Amino acid sequence: MTRPHLSPLHSPAAATPAGPRRWLDRRRLVHGALLALMLLAPVAADLLGEVYYVNLASRIALVAMAAVGLNLAIGFGGMISFGHAAYFGLGGYVAGISAYHAFDGSLVMGLPGSDDMRVIWLAAVLLCGLLALAIGAISLRTTGVYFIMITLAFAQMVYYFATSWPDYGGEDGLPIYLRNSLPGVDTQDALSFFLICFAGLMLSLALTSRLMKSRFGAALTMARLNETRLATAGISPFPIRLVAFVVSAMITGLAGALYADLNGFVSPSMLSWQLSGELMVIVILGGVGRLYGPLAGAILFVMMETLLGGLTEYWTFFLGLVLLGVVLFARQGVIGWLAGSERHG
Amino acid sequence: MGERVLSISGMSKRFGALQATQDVSLDLHAGEIHALIGPNGAGKSTLIAQIAGSLKPDAGEIRLGERDITALGVARRARLGLGRSFQVSCLAEPLSVLRNVMIGAQALQGHSFRFWRPVDSDPRLLAPAHAALERMHLAHRADTPVAALSHGERRQVEVACALVLEPRALLLDEPMAGLGPEGSARLTELLETLKQEVPILLIEHDMDAVFRLADRISVLVAGRVIAHGDGPTIRRDPRVRDAYLGD
Amino acid sequence: MSVTLLIEQLINGLQLGTMLFLMASGLTLVFGVMGLINLAHGSFYMVGAYVTALTTASTGSFLLGLAAGVLAAAAAGAIVELLVIRRLYGRQHLDQVLATFALILIFSEGTRWLFGSSPLWLSPPEALSGSVALPGGARYPVYRLVIIAVGVAVAAGLYLLIAHTRLGMRIRAGESDREMIGALGVNIRRLYTLVFALGAALAGLAGSLVGALQAVQVGMGEPVLILAFVVIVIGGIGSIKGALLGALLVGLVDTLGRVLLPALFGQFMAPSEAAGAGTALAAMLIYILMAVILAFKPQGLFAAHD
Repeated sequence: MTRPHLSPLHSPAAATPAGPRRWLDRRRLVHGALLALMLLAPVAADLLGEVYYVNLASRIALVAMAAVGLNLAIGFGGMISFGHAAYFGLGGYVAGISAYHAFDGSLVMGLPGSDDMRVIWLAAVLLCGLLALAIGAISLRTTGVYFIMITLAFAQMVYYFATSWPDYGGEDGLPIYLRNSLPGVDTQDALSFFLICFAGLMLSLALTSRLMKSRFGAALTMARLNETRLATAGISPFPIRLVAFVVSAMITGLAGALYADLNGFVSPSMLSWQLSGELMVIVILGGVGRLYGPLAGAILFVMMETLLGGLTEYWTFFLGLVLLGVVLFARQGVIGWLAGSERHG
Repeated sequence: MGERVLSISGMSKRFGALQATQDVSLDLHAGEIHALIGPNGAGKSTLIAQIAGSLKPDAGEIRLGERDITALGVARRARLGLGRSFQVSCLAEPLSVLRNVMIGAQALQGHSFRFWRPVDSDPRLLAPAHAALERMHLAHRADTPVAALSHGERRQVEVACALVLEPRALLLDEPMAGLGPEGSARLTELLETLKQEVPILLIEHDMDAVFRLADRISVLVAGRVIAHGDGPTIRRDPRVRDAYLGD
Repeated sequence: MSVTLLIEQLINGLQLGTMLFLMASGLTLVFGVMGLINLAHGSFYMVGAYVTALTTASTGSFLLGLAAGVLAAAAAGAIVELLVIRRLYGRQHLDQVLATFALILIFSEGTRWLFGSSPLWLSPPEALSGSVALPGGARYPVYRLVIIAVGVAVAAGLYLLIAHTRLGMRIRAGESDREMIGALGVNIRRLYTLVFALGAALAGLAGSLVGALQAVQVGMGEPVLILAFVVIVIGGIGSIKGALLGALLVGLVDTLGRVLLPALFGQFMAPSEAAGAGTALAAMLIYILMAVILAFKPQGLFAAHD
């Protein structure tokens, strides 16, 4: 008996379209509107002198970018990682530690620190890739519930390591006194920094989109839908999954590095299991396996946090109720509701 | 008989107390269909899994051409030219027929770590996939999602998936199951022409099809090959009658 | 490193191990029988601790508090099963993870709403507040020994329940074949509710007992939950035997590592560095243990089924 995987959670974003797509359909319209909103709202806020809202937009862009990374693993790769906070936090710590050593001129593992964002980004992406390579190589030997629990456990390991390593603040975290710099850009300026974050988000979206249309994406899609078919067709699923997992972690890690700069602070809470859970929630709220799902999810999540959080201290109680409702009754996510279900071919 | 393409010798597998296959030896020559028959639970599926590489044998050796492939995994064996179809159709349901077939072309052309060029407009993938579908009379269904296909069409897609690998040998696990007389006749015809290019190891319950198609037949009972020969020989063999009609 | 300290830490490790077993056995049972991954298991631990602390404070009887805590956790489990969990059987793991994550948020914030953020305190009962002499002369709190005894008793009880009762037979049948058990005429819905409530009760018991050793507060369940995950990943998901072995292993390795590693590093490092490196490594030790075991046995030590 074959069981068709037609549930919305399985909607294959990389499916062949059934026919020629109109240049401007509802889907594109919604995606374009989301991006325009994302870009124009903070510009307007900046003109009005509302720095708070510009920073809020930066936060949305970075959380969305982190979730785009996670979506590559969960939505496109079918790898339910409950440990992506490890990469988000590691990226943050790279920014914090590098700035810390640049500030006092000391060495870290024989290397000087740097407050140049380009150096920090490169280091964050590389280190997150290495960590994901190690964690993925072990975790991807397993499937299903094991994988969920193991990724969670490894992230917890990184968390406890950060809390018990005293050099960089331990449980208290590490401040970044002066936002790291980028040549030619005034990173202190809220709008300029937002534009960096927005560029990062766009880059991660473009990368994911391109990736999923390529041969690699075709193999990853098949690994998610039917790994026996993939192997029978002559492609081992393991290396495909591992590479996707590593790229996913790199994107999330880069978002983490920027996030630390946004807050001027990095602490173990960026590594916590709650954060892994929240990133997952954003992916699901938005619509899993949909390219723009994480963006919709991040907007919704941060808005709920801001609005509900303004009304009640216990806003996560209501987040829980909403989430429960979405999982039990509305599995397409926001983007599915806005942009219609993905057409399969 | 043509040159020997696939040879299996001394294959054994035990699950706890159950000896699923015991010292099975078979071979497959160019240009032939070699049918493997046997009652339910005889170990046919175990044997196929061992040949395809999804199940590690306790003992025995498999060669594809001159090459020993015993230690290789499923994907490696497939790339070396071992195509297979499944008893229960094993395809990505939401994807188009074309996409299901293209993935094999992709594997054949080397690794899949190409991150940039879109597959949808890549003639190096599209051409062989379309050709394989053409062979299976499925060209008109290329853009249909597998989920919308009939049972018989899925069987054909599976064979197309195997063909796109330019296989040296085909393992077909009960391709006729559930097809109905018309579909069964059509597939029989297809396989008859196909065998000239690729020899086929055919596992099948449909005895009419087996006796019509097979150049040689091996009978598997309780994990052992109890008889081997051409159609008439097998029909006459008293041990085979015993095995099928009960003891 | 004195022998006394080592013995003391050994017993601490056993105590942690038995508590982890109470958590892990429920998780692994629920997974084995219903195929469900439940993140909200730590919430039942918290419910047990809160109800015990509140009841003990108002009645003055720890025993009464303990009973109330376990019952409340079981009731919470049954209600959650009826309202939410029931809809999740047969759904994808991702759905299960998210729905039970939502339950954590609801339980945690609900508790914070009702009782505030400041922790409650619960003392062990008067009769058990003393200590006994260990070999070597050190004193060891009686209460912790009692916890170990309770844990061992529950493990034995669970074994008897599963191996020798009708309910146990159904549980085992459910683990090996979910369709079969329906065909046998067992009321599956009731069995599932019962198993889920049993798991919740075990978690509640753990929370109640540990509540007398540490602060009773929101979020106390999740660190234990994640350790319990490590336990059942090591032991093999679905296996009670694996949960027992894994729990003891994790309890002992974690506790002893925290004492022995800094000391070990002190042999060849400056004391301050040794403390830092030793502590950091000790914090990671059980995860490394998990990784090593998985490298050899991806399905855990006693794999039941996935």
